Amino acid sequence: MQKSLNIDPEKCTGCLQCELACSYDNEGVFNPSKSRIKVFKFEDAGRFVPYTCTQCDDAWCMQACPVDAISVDTATGAKVVSDVLCVGCKVCTIACPFGTVNYNSSTGKVIKCDLCEGEPACVTACPTAAITYVDANWTGLDKMRNWAEKTDAGTQASA
Amino acid sequence: MAWARQILRVDLTNGTCTNEPLNMEWAQNYLGQRGLATKYFVEEVDPKVDPLSPNNKMIMVTGPLTGTSASTAGRYSVVTKGALTGAIACSNSGGFFGNEMKNAGYDMIIFEGAAKSPVYLMVGNDSAELHDASEFWGTSVWDTEEGIKAKHGDPQIRVASIGVSGEKGVKFACVVNDMDRAAGRSGVGTVMGSKNLKAVGIRGTKGVAVEDAGAFFEAVAAGKAVLAENAVTGQGLPAFGTQVLMNVINETGALPTRNHRDVQFEGANNISAEAMAEPRESDGKPNLVTNQACFSCTIACGRVSTIDRTHFSVKDRPEYQKASGGLEYEAAWALGAATGVDDLDALTFANFICNEQGIDPISFGATVGAAMELYEEGVLTDADTGGIELKFGNAEALCTLSELTGKGEGFGAEIGLGSKLLCDKHGRPELSMSVKGQEFPAYDSRGIQGMGLTYATSNRGACHLRSYTVASEVLGIPEKTDPLETDGKAGLVMAFQDATAAFDSAGLCIFTSFAWTLDDVAPQLNAACEGDWTTEKLLEVGERIWNLERQFNLAAGFTGKDDNLPPRLLKDAAKTGPADGKTNGLDKMLPEYYEARGWTPDGVPSNETLDRLTL
Repeated sequence: MQKSLNIDPEKCTGCLQCELACSYDNEGVFNPSKSRIKVFKFEDAGRFVPYTCTQCDDAWCMQACPVDAISVDTATGAKVVSDVLCVGCKVCTIACPFGTVNYNSSTGKVIKCDLCEGEPACVTACPTAAITYVDANWTGLDKMRNWAEKTDAGTQASA
Repeated sequence: MAWARQILRVDLTNGTCTNEPLNMEWAQNYLGQRGLATKYFVEEVDPKVDPLSPNNKMIMVTGPLTGTSASTAGRYSVVTKGALTGAIACSNSGGFFGNEMKNAGYDMIIFEGAAKSPVYLMVGNDSAELHDASEFWGTSVWDTEEGIKAKHGDPQIRVASIGVSGEKGVKFACVVNDMDRAAGRSGVGTVMGSKNLKAVGIRGTKGVAVEDAGAFFEAVAAGKAVLAENAVTGQGLPAFGTQVLMNVINETGALPTRNHRDVQFEGANNISAEAMAEPRESDGKPNLVTNQACFSCTIACGRVSTIDRTHFSVKDRPEYQKASGGLEYEAAWALGAATGVDDLDALTFANFICNEQGIDPISFGATVGAAMELYEEGVLTDADTGGIELKFGNAEALCTLSELTGKGEGFGAEIGLGSKLLCDKHGRPELSMSVKGQEFPAYDSRGIQGMGLTYATSNRGACHLRSYTVASEVLGIPEKTDPLETDGKAGLVMAFQDATAAFDSAGLCIFTSFAWTLDDVAPQLNAACEGDWTTEKLLEVGERIWNLERQFNLAAGFTGKDDNLPPRLLKDAAKTGPADGKTNGLDKMLPEYYEARGWTPDGVPSNETLDRLTL
């Protein structure tokens, strides 16, 4: 079964445990500035939203890369950057409509979420289950269940 | 590892920034943050120094765990000689600033001297630079934070700054970071203002390394599980915040009301966590928008709130109609029960202003409470207050004074003296509800006896965060003791004080101690840092820090006579509730405490004690 990261901003508290786990997994130190996932705080609304690569099937970054440094991990569906091939041209960072591929000036390569070979560190670290790793075909299942329950309650109330 | 092993020394008089290696021998004896910065401070600063003189220093400091994934490990502290107290001050803040300092490669920043004109410091990886702050001087914390990010074109800069209050010498000015997190107490922001230092901006991208990663992740996971499974840290604090305490403490008969005239507040429920969750009439939304976490924290007790748009405080003022940092228990008590105001929106507004202009809501609210008593007694008149009718319960007066005090204007400048100087000035010193010049927080020591000893002996003046015996006396953590009993409280207070000093020096939030003991902390520290970190060593470090702070205060001119409480708490019995008829039994607890500490009957650490602690 192919899986996807499923992000529920409602549950996010903005603690950055995901950024800590991601950066440690990739860099060997706790360094949120090198995290592949980022939590945004929308101050005036009191909202926290984690955001990262959604692993497009026909990925802009992969299409744009002039040296074919981005490939598909067939086990997870992740688009993975090869540090050996990447020349740091940053074309992928322009091509990506979502901004989730970024240049790392300390290595001269680009970095993006690679789903940690199927065991995303951010998911394990998140204390509120705001980030889960679920069946890619059913990322909407929880929302559907919640609405189903609400709809059923409405039906019962009107009956 | 875990320590960055580097400090930044900023000479504001000469405008220089210098890197120095961290004294690792001191790190082994004082751990970090509160302990380690206090060690640097007492080595470098004359205890008799005027807090507002350029000869006072101010240290921003992280703990060894700051910046790691240990739960709550994002803390930093400001250590100085407090402007409000003249005692050693250490004010602790969460948010994201501490992590950023560590990621820039610094354990601490020592500020010395004073700049000739307003400056702010910008810190990057292993480097720092002073900038002219004239465009930010006279602006709020919120505008300064946004302004620095905009000016440097980097929204990821973390900023700690003072508001206008700190520039104007309001005695209880804070240093506020990340818009609504504050190193709040003792006037550390006042000291920063006296140095003409408006703000510190940091952008750090170096990373924080730990010694033994395998052991660290194991210890951190175990610690997080303990927090998640605990009723307070796993459920109560995320859902209700510290405000979960409002009704609990009121029922205990220990909610100081109207400048401690009463111990229960009839309006408590209106300003409680439950009230914050109640949909309001105008828009059907509750005051509470969501909870929020500080860096790395898996508890997430922080509040984000909005004010009712139809409320008098924000009508026609859209800038205050958006979400911002909401009420926590101490603030809700000080702005509410201490002043007799039970208008939740007024309290939330005053709290926004405290964040925006960097004033400590505890000392502010408590001082307004004292001023209200002076007014009702006819000592203060409309001529003094500029026409503000300063009666207990007046929500408009509270809101107006928050803005005036935040800017150090009009009668707000008088409130900005703090309750001690204000009451002294008007010949009624007994009406200041303070110890060593610092106002009490939200627990009446007639109803919770151990807190009387806590306040009397706290090294930074009255404070709940030096030994939170409320945990034991009210909540039963780690075990229940009788809040009305004085027996055994000396030992309890001492144990809490020493353990708290260790928590405060590690980079962790003290709220973890609702669930954790030092047995949970030691494995995390031991895996992250060099050295052999055991519970026993942490307790010894905690006791060493406590005695070091005490030695500084004694050298500064404090004596055992200052380990005291206002006469109201010692002579006027509580009038209602479980503590009806009770006063605080400090006279019984204090001698026992001195003895347990290994201090003389005058409260001076004995030579044996100092030798034992290698002080």
